[in-house]
Amino acid sequence: MFEYAPAPESRSVVDIKPSYGLFIDGAFVDPADGGSFKSVNPASEEVLAEIAEGGSQDVDRAVRAARKAYEKVWGRMPGRDRAKYLFRIARLIQERSRELAVLESLDNGKPIKESRDVDIPLVAAHFFYYAGWADKLGHAGFGPDPKPLGVAAQVIPWNFPLLMLAWKIAPALAAGNTVVLKPAETTPLTALLFAEICQQADLPAGVVNIVTGAGETGRTLVEHPGVDKVAFTGSTDVGRAIARAVAGSRKKLTLELGGKAANIVFDDAPVDQAVEGIVNGIFFNQGHVCCAGSRLLVQESVADQVLESLKRRMAQLRVGDPLDKNTDIGAINSAAQLARIRELTEAGAAEGAQRWSPPCELPERGFWFAPTIFTGVTQAHRIAREEIFGPVLSVLTFRTPAEAVEKANNTPYGLSAGIWTEKGSRILWMADRLRAGVVWANTFNKFDPTSPFGGYKESGYGREGGRHGLEAYLNV
Amino acid sequence: MSERVAVRKTYKLFIGGKFPRSESGRSYIVQDSNVSLASRKDARDAVVAARAAVKGWAGAIAYNRGQILYRVAEMLEGRREQFVALDVPGAEVDAAVDRWVWYAGWSDKLSQVYGGANPVAGPYFNLSAPEPTGVVAVVAPEAPALLGLVSVIAPAIVGGNTVVVAASPAAPLAAVTLAEVLATSDLPGGVVNILTGRLPETVPALAAHMDVNAIDLTGVTDAELAAELEVKAAENLKRVLRPVAADHDWSADPGLGRMTALLETKTVWHPKGV
Amino acid sequence: MTATATSARSDLSELGRSETALRTFLHGLPGVDQVGAEQRAAQLGTRSIKTTAKAQAIDLAIRMVDLTTLEGADTPGKVRALAAKALRPDPADPSCPHVGAVCVYPLMVPYVAEVLRGSGVHLASVATAFPSGQAPLEVKLADTRAAVEAGADEIDMVINRGAFLAGRYSEVYDEIVATKQACGDAHLKVILETGELATYDNVRRASWLAMLAGGDFIKTSTGKVPVAATLPVTLVMLEAVRDFRAATGRQVGVKPAGGIKTTKDAIKYLVMVNETVGPDWLDPDWFRFGASSLLNDLLMQRTKLKTGVYAGPDYFTLD
Repeated sequence: MFEYAPAPESRSVVDIKPSYGLFIDGAFVDPADGGSFKSVNPASEEVLAEIAEGGSQDVDRAVRAARKAYEKVWGRMPGRDRAKYLFRIARLIQERSRELAVLESLDNGKPIKESRDVDIPLVAAHFFYYAGWADKLGHAGFGPDPKPLGVAAQVIPWNFPLLMLAWKIAPALAAGNTVVLKPAETTPLTALLFAEICQQADLPAGVVNIVTGAGETGRTLVEHPGVDKVAFTGSTDVGRAIARAVAGSRKKLTLELGGKAANIVFDDAPVDQAVEGIVNGIFFNQGHVCCAGSRLLVQESVADQVLESLKRRMAQLRVGDPLDKNTDIGAINSAAQLARIRELTEAGAAEGAQRWSPPCELPERGFWFAPTIFTGVTQAHRIAREEIFGPVLSVLTFRTPAEAVEKANNTPYGLSAGIWTEKGSRILWMADRLRAGVVWANTFNKFDPTSPFGGYKESGYGREGGRHGLEAYLNV
Repeated sequence: MSERVAVRKTYKLFIGGKFPRSESGRSYIVQDSNVSLASRKDARDAVVAARAAVKGWAGAIAYNRGQILYRVAEMLEGRREQFVALDVPGAEVDAAVDRWVWYAGWSDKLSQVYGGANPVAGPYFNLSAPEPTGVVAVVAPEAPALLGLVSVIAPAIVGGNTVVVAASPAAPLAAVTLAEVLATSDLPGGVVNILTGRLPETVPALAAHMDVNAIDLTGVTDAELAAELEVKAAENLKRVLRPVAADHDWSADPGLGRMTALLETKTVWHPKGV
Repeated sequence: MTATATSARSDLSELGRSETALRTFLHGLPGVDQVGAEQRAAQLGTRSIKTTAKAQAIDLAIRMVDLTTLEGADTPGKVRALAAKALRPDPADPSCPHVGAVCVYPLMVPYVAEVLRGSGVHLASVATAFPSGQAPLEVKLADTRAAVEAGADEIDMVINRGAFLAGRYSEVYDEIVATKQACGDAHLKVILETGELATYDNVRRASWLAMLAGGDFIKTSTGKVPVAATLPVTLVMLEAVRDFRAATGRQVGVKPAGGIKTTKDAIKYLVMVNETVGPDWLDPDWFRFGASSLLNDLLMQRTKLKTGVYAGPDYFTLD
């Protein structure tokens, strides 16, 4: 047997401080009421740092700092100069990529190969892309001289901590807004390192403010009367609450919410690549992906073969230490998320679906969940309807293209979808009919700064990425 | 010799291409005419009709949709005097006709202007194109009675959405007369549905309806009602167009905003290989 | 897989009898998406193989090397030296395993055979008008028989790429069958020359064609055209042998050849074997590297692991 020896990435490259304040007006400050919480390494349950909990006074201070920076500096700065700051940030991210990748894996639990090869490169690319827009807004298709909105309140999730920060901050700053961003409670560390990068880039004080905290901090931020724009990525339930909270206000709102994507495999699919796509679709980032291909719709005539291949492939997945360079599936981000995944999978089994996982040894400490598939799933099962946000795939079958479309669309969500077939005209026919903002044909989970991303229906509204992503931050 | 007794028009609702009375059997009087007073049930029926029409209308080729919108302009031009008789100024009718013509031309240009190829960093074909969001509830502005109405319906339907319009309670006659124009314009039944009556009765039902994808609150003048409708709309995350300012200039170039606010962007990826 | 797994085993042996059946079968194999296959290969290439795993991989890779010289300038002296190296790759370290085989032209076979006799190192000869294969069938078969008679126990034949690309699958099939017969007891490796097949779909079809016709190994390249072995091509071939065994019960080996020069490259291939077809193929009987300069890099890395000191080329023999 060929056993891979441990190949851990060194964590000595990161220097985690024992405690972190809030980043407001260009400096790290203590929260007004001194509250704090702990950020934990989900792979070991080790406490990584003590994090300041922003209260309403802190949020207010941050919004005022952002307002001042907007009015005095950033809002009136020529686009070409804003561009140069963003390019500078992009370069610093590249320079410090190893540090950011290790820190992301420590705080989030995702495999180092993903933070190193996917997250951090995309973060840098996103800043590069939007940096270039800052002095070209008049050519973006929103009129000759589109204006920024002002202060943007941004609340991001824990699944791609720094990448979601980039998706929010880069277009906001390029368009001339200033921001107050609240990172997720369980993954604040890379956002705080990003704050240091802003200092290193000499970004004017108050342009970027990072207020750490939990749900209450986020609620206070989006409800603050001093913000002009709210951008949120996270669960549909919270998105709904935010939509209610900003009702009747002048705040422009964009939401990037949950999903329950169908990954549709036809009998003429390039089967080996389809199996890779299924694996990547649901096990990438432990399935903590809003656009995860969590429902496999496989044509009945090839269902057995595809499942056999899928199981064989799943047996190769390496679950364990996120810092090991050979790890494919890392830790579940938090105890709460693990509980949610367990609850839904237990419901799946109780409702009669058949559960399967490859043999795999899970570490004793930390939060872990083996890659799992459920077969014999019907549309009525909870695991076919609710977002599990974990490494759990529900397998359904279909007989005809029309049935595949019908089942794929039979959900309140509409974020993404996958199609696997070698027949070009069928791809286009399907793509036309799938009610989803991103359709991956013969590929899955691909992201790019130039490519608009966002959902239909209850997956939210607005697009991030590309020219379209600017619209959320312009007064148009 | 007695004067000829005129045949009066009954102003009814416009649902699914037909002109039913309100199922509630109620009416109210505007400009000396009885107008149907739509109920929540009528609103629901209108949503069903609008949903049923989505597949055909969204799936129609853009050229076809453009021709139908242009046909609406032709029909409206021909009925100019009917609107003038309802106290719509002739210049407003002309502007409304021109607005149909303007939007008609957009049907097969939106995808080119609002979509396009994205140069992703990899061997992929990547294309973004706008698509209709589905069923849109529209609260028409009170004034100008015809131009305002046309200015909210045309941008919603040109991209392939279907609409349920709550006509201005103060100006329902122009709305029903416009429905007659639409009914004779090759527009498939259900693409535009028009409810007359009281906004507080029908609009909250539309705002809360889980099979409506977007709501245009343009004609809501009561800020509190607007906020309440927005809260209801949040339940299924409807796309929301907020009310316009009271002094909104309806004769100005409308721009793309009203169309794009009711469109989704779909991005399709495919590898490039041999 | 759709075509293979659903076909009964007996059906496959009948395929070669009809051009139509063969074509229908090969064109019914699932397609290969180039981008997806290349990405999978690249991902496997990011595995980090260190310490004990690396030591294990290096020794395995040495045992899998088909130490090759295929030059017009080859002489008895040259190939004897090569054969000696095959037996004792690192004269300074008796724990170093011998390679899998020595691979030479037919004329050189007798000289190599003298050295290898009884050693367990196989003797491979290219044949069938290698590398182009552009000779009459009788000449190719005579070439094969001569090599076997001279002592080769493995024959590396080339397929008729022209016939394959023109869609004359039966012709290719029949040649392989005939060559296999000419081999007698010798193992037959079928060189697809994937660099000339242009697409992964063709690589998959050619792999199946070669296996259906009785090849014991499928091999990527002659090393004589610009594009030789690549990770994605080998991935597609590994998938083919995996599916072929599932369909027929017969295991076929895989040999990437040409362009594999470093230990790092070799380990990427072993990782790919491990994660695509599993331990059954992690054996010199089922996986070989057609290479020449690779061996010295493996030896250098092996010494580095043992001594902790980076070696230099002067310390390894250049035969």
